[in-house]
Amino acid sequence: MINFNYLNPSKNNLRLNLIIGLSLVFLSLFDVFLYSFFDINITSFLPYFVSFSLPLILGMFGLSIIRISYSGIKKLDSLNKNINTNNFNAALTLLIIFTIIKILPPVMSWMILDANISGDTKDACTGSGACWTYIKIWFKRFMYGMYPNEHIWRVNLAFIFLVVLAFVGFITPQKYKKYLTLYYIIIYPIIAYILIYYLISGGSLGLEWVETGAWGGLSLTFIVSFFSLIFCFPLGMALALGRRTNLPIIKYVSVGFIEFWRGVPLITVLFMSSVMFPMFLPQDFFMDKLVRVIIAISLFEAAYVAEVIRGGLQALPRGQYDASKSLGMGYWKMHIFVILPQALKLVIPGIANTFLALVKDTPLIFVVGLLEIIGMLQMAKTNPKWLGFAMEGYVFSAIVFFIICYAMSKYSYNLELKYKTDR
Amino acid sequence: MKLKKILPQVITLLVVILIFSFFSLNAQINMATRGIDFGYGFLTQESSFDVQFSLIEYSGSDSYARAYLVGLLNTLLVSILGIIFCTILGVIVGIARLSPNYLIRTTAAWYVEFFRNIPLLLQIFFWYYAALRALPLPQEAEPMLGTFYLTIKGFYTPSLVWINLDIFIYSTIAAIVGIVFVRLYAKKLRENQGKHIPVLNISITILFILPLLTFFIGGVNVTYELPILKQLAKTSFIFEGGLSIPPELLSLVIALSLYTATFIAECVRAGIEGISKGQREAAASIGLNRKQILNLIIMPQALRIIIPPATNQYLNLTKNSSLAAAIAYPDLVLVFAGTALMQTGKAIEIVSITMLTYLTLSLLISLLMNWYNARIAIVEK
Repeated sequence: MINFNYLNPSKNNLRLNLIIGLSLVFLSLFDVFLYSFFDINITSFLPYFVSFSLPLILGMFGLSIIRISYSGIKKLDSLNKNINTNNFNAALTLLIIFTIIKILPPVMSWMILDANISGDTKDACTGSGACWTYIKIWFKRFMYGMYPNEHIWRVNLAFIFLVVLAFVGFITPQKYKKYLTLYYIIIYPIIAYILIYYLISGGSLGLEWVETGAWGGLSLTFIVSFFSLIFCFPLGMALALGRRTNLPIIKYVSVGFIEFWRGVPLITVLFMSSVMFPMFLPQDFFMDKLVRVIIAISLFEAAYVAEVIRGGLQALPRGQYDASKSLGMGYWKMHIFVILPQALKLVIPGIANTFLALVKDTPLIFVVGLLEIIGMLQMAKTNPKWLGFAMEGYVFSAIVFFIICYAMSKYSYNLELKYKTDR
Repeated sequence: MKLKKILPQVITLLVVILIFSFFSLNAQINMATRGIDFGYGFLTQESSFDVQFSLIEYSGSDSYARAYLVGLLNTLLVSILGIIFCTILGVIVGIARLSPNYLIRTTAAWYVEFFRNIPLLLQIFFWYYAALRALPLPQEAEPMLGTFYLTIKGFYTPSLVWINLDIFIYSTIAAIVGIVFVRLYAKKLRENQGKHIPVLNISITILFILPLLTFFIGGVNVTYELPILKQLAKTSFIFEGGLSIPPELLSLVIALSLYTATFIAECVRAGIEGISKGQREAAASIGLNRKQILNLIIMPQALRIIIPPATNQYLNLTKNSSLAAAIAYPDLVLVFAGTALMQTGKAIEIVSITMLTYLTLSLLISLLMNWYNARIAIVEK
């Protein structure tokens, strides 16, 4: 005799419960699947509301039947524990699965199935999907801005050099490891500057001069964030130390500087660098737009870096200061050898977040007329030959930025684990 | 020893003074050669430009000072709406990230990873130029629930038309004052006699009953006005009447809330995770029920962890609202540092006023939050 109690599922009728429950869940998913992928509504004979909510009702009923604790089947137990703890959770689970099934077909067909990538003109895009031809044709512009096509190899070469030089740290012999910090903080930036000045900017060594207004695209994003990052870090460190000293003038100058830059939006800082800053310079003194922007962003981000590092300094126990003082260390020795290495280790996540914010803020340089990848998109969007492809451009640059920022945040997470020391 | 302390300070002071005097000297020379005079007199002049969207009445014949006010109010509107929505969404996502349900947890985690790794500017552009442009034209729009219209020209809802609105507002203020008194009385009662009264229920009752009374005896009445489609030319239609929200505001608020909510969610998650399990168990062991545990034990402690970083995010949102200039929403930066600067050419004055405004806003919010934070902080003995 089968004693089936669907309101209170128990282990006694495990098999029957499983069969009925799983088939109900399967039925509900199958209904949504058919409707979403093939536009077939198998329950169309029912009233609209019932037909609409039937999958949810069936699925919830099915899930509640298989909600048996300690059933002895590992998979069922973990299923129940993870997505099916009570009716509310079961409903949310089903809704999420339904949404995924519902969204998948239109997204897939737009991005891949109905999309076009062949051809060279707008006419090649006939399907209802995305027009990746647009991205293909404009790819060089999105990467290099208005940089002349025949000189693009210079940008590539400079970046290849920079990437290779950045990996020097991994292959140096143990003997020279102690000079690495010096290399990365002073020598590497100088090499980078020389490379960019002679190779990308040109004007000497037989290379044609390319004005900074023509630079753009993703390479400009890299250049701006690279230099701002290099300048803002030491400045931020100095400001953080300045804020923590007991010398009143230095302290208040640092506090004022930090609070000022943290209180204003970057867009007004860039406005200032473009319209107000030239007024403050001698008349015949010319400073390139790009340089002004990099200075502005560095000062702005330095304030944020300073606050992050201050957090690390404050988190160190007093004993560290006392111990190094008792060893007879002076202010600089104490900070360089004892305090800063520990404090910086503590604030790796915070610094990584600030740098991520810096990379994400670079698109704002469009307000001074420099066009990096998003600025180029806005320009390409208004090109009369390529009207109406805003979505493709945004999706493309979103993917590019997501990859860069996600990789950076994962890398910082790894660093955090690597330098984590238990006290 | 004395010298070691004084010398660096003197040098710093000298450098700061030198930089400032160098800049102001140059500014004077530059302005003299270009024939620009320094001064804030332009604020009272006629602005002679129009602003698309403003909360107060404004036309081209008003002064620059009023244009500044229009921009400031628009900035505040975006910030406040953004803060409200990002808080709601952020708290939901933050709690969802701690859900026992694997799917909910993962979905929330992906939402956070995705939206915070994409530049805000791109998100604003996406909503404004790609997503909202895909909406139907006014004449083709289908009404939602019969009254709301979401069109390419904006979002239209019925607006409320009040009669004797001032009486209603006074009654609401009176209700809030009453609630404050009830709370104080309840606190006194709790501390002196150890009695609990249901403060929340009483407060809600007062908040509803008092304004509701004005409808019956105060002569307050409210009707609504539906947006109605009107034909301007053969193919040009607009909605008239009702409340219209321009697409710039809509996309800005959507993008700002979605972006900032990811950070708020992380703050909320950190706050709740920061409360040790022992607190919950200890509270249960002295006989508090679930609701009391959450209200009296968990939330007061979690808020203490959540509030400082969340304040930072609210400040960031306010500052990020200046990206409005990129999609031509008339905020402070666009109206004042954009149009007004172009017309008057007073770069130093206008940029400094704009920056000072943002600085004041930030400092005000952080003062307020510091005060609140100090109030709820642990008092260690």
